[in-house]
Amino acid sequence: MADLGAEVAGLRLRNPTMLASGFLDETGGSMLRVYSAGAGAVVTKSIGPEPRAGNLNPTVVELDVGLLNAVGLPNPGIVEYEHEVRHAREGGAAVIGSVYGKDAEEFAAVAGRMASYGVLAVELNLSCPHAKGLGTEVAQDPEAVEEITRAVKRSVRVPVFSKLSPNVADIASFADAAKRGGADGVTAINTVKSMAISADLKMPILKNRYGGLSGPAIKPVGLRCVYEIREAVDLPILGVGGIENGRDAIEYLMAGASAVQIGTAILRRGIDVFSHVCREMSDWMDANGYARVADLVGAAHG
Amino acid sequence: MGSRLTQIVPLEDVVVEDPKTKTYRFRADMHPRPGQFLMLWIPRADEVPMAYSYLENPMGVTVREYGDATRALAAESKRGYRVGVRGPFGNSFAVEGRRALAVAGGVGIASVIAAIQAYADAGIAIETAFGARTKQELTFLDRAKACGPVHVATDDGSAGYRGLVTDVAAKLLHDGTFDMVLTCGPEVMMKKVVDTANAAGVHVQASLERYMKCGIGICDACVLDDRLVCTDGPIFWGDELAKSHDFGRWRRDISGRRVKA
Repeated sequence: MADLGAEVAGLRLRNPTMLASGFLDETGGSMLRVYSAGAGAVVTKSIGPEPRAGNLNPTVVELDVGLLNAVGLPNPGIVEYEHEVRHAREGGAAVIGSVYGKDAEEFAAVAGRMASYGVLAVELNLSCPHAKGLGTEVAQDPEAVEEITRAVKRSVRVPVFSKLSPNVADIASFADAAKRGGADGVTAINTVKSMAISADLKMPILKNRYGGLSGPAIKPVGLRCVYEIREAVDLPILGVGGIENGRDAIEYLMAGASAVQIGTAILRRGIDVFSHVCREMSDWMDANGYARVADLVGAAHG
Repeated sequence: MGSRLTQIVPLEDVVVEDPKTKTYRFRADMHPRPGQFLMLWIPRADEVPMAYSYLENPMGVTVREYGDATRALAAESKRGYRVGVRGPFGNSFAVEGRRALAVAGGVGIASVIAAIQAYADAGIAIETAFGARTKQELTFLDRAKACGPVHVATDDGSAGYRGLVTDVAAKLLHDGTFDMVLTCGPEVMMKKVVDTANAAGVHVQASLERYMKCGIGICDACVLDDRLVCTDGPIFWGDELAKSHDFGRWRRDISGRRVKA
């Protein structure tokens, strides 16, 4: 039987699947439930300095090819969120804290506080495509990515993953900027900026008009981004975007990811998707002569 | 994912149930079961979860004005006005037992009326304890009466017993012949009904309400303990609610903060 244990930036995980930020992770109870269902780790909802209501509905649109969302970073704020992280941690969950802020100073403050709650690592949401004034501008500026990553690195001791946007011309240059800032790894990709229009009503469906696309439609985009980052930068990668089954996960590993994140697939396969993906990976590895996850990482690079 | 895409439908009928409550009827390609809900998009305003008060085309939702979205709907609503609907979502009331009691509070009747009819259709004896502030807020009284005896309670005594419907329900459950309770209404009311039924050893199903964004089990806004009202609910059984830390005590606000229910 293949060994599914994974190692990324010094983190040891029982398997290479993680809950992607934004899904079932606003509360400790739900994070613990997902971890108990088989995820190797759970990434929290992106948490900021203050409570935030997010956007009005409609905030999600189900599509044949995936899911469009513009929830707009709702979260209870970093102070109240301590209760949620501690609840999940006390239940034994491996938790990675996702944070956002309006500038490097705010990112560093929120990340520092998040780290004090006992998370294994922090992930920087540098690229939310649907919260005004937060993320979108940062996502377009490699210097901001570098500056924020550096500030956070100074405020925490746990590994730092900078989550990158695919909505740029050259994502590898942003991974390079994160590396210059001292990132321990990058997460790729955030959602793809998108839109849904109701022909009947002649208007965008999302209240926010624009949103982020996830799910099967973006898997080829995510694979390409992970592959490009791997070619250009020597930095561990958490691969995310449209992973629904073991084969999808293996493709991401071969593109260069050390572990993967799953979110939208919960819609189709429920929270058991993590254990399903692990079993499918293990079966494929056994059938194809791979004993360890690490042997797959980057295998598609010549 | 393709089966639950947003459908744009014109309102076929708008029925004024009382000055603050209307029923909106429309035709959509959906096959809901009693107790399930849909996400109702009021263009330019908001999208909100609503229980089906009529299951078959023209299906319907019954909405009491209580916030910006529902007020916007009430202001716009006339025949032909187009709304978006997606669903059906969530689980449904189990239709089982030999003698059932439905306990409804106010517009909570909208979630249980289809179940009351399903019980009657299945040949299960069903009675209803129905509470409202005043006589004119007893929406669907005639539909409930067509299914079995109805015991009315009003705050002002304008119809039936003057006082709480939970007192009426407790008295009915005390006689020991009911083996199933269905309930929907204010959570403080449902908490009493669930506690009473649990103490009497009677199965009870409660339809819960929480703030929702996605409706499809991903955003974590509608959490009850570690359950999601949108996909694990909205119907919860009494034994699960008896163990719940949140039921009757805590809910989450729009930003996910825990606040008193």
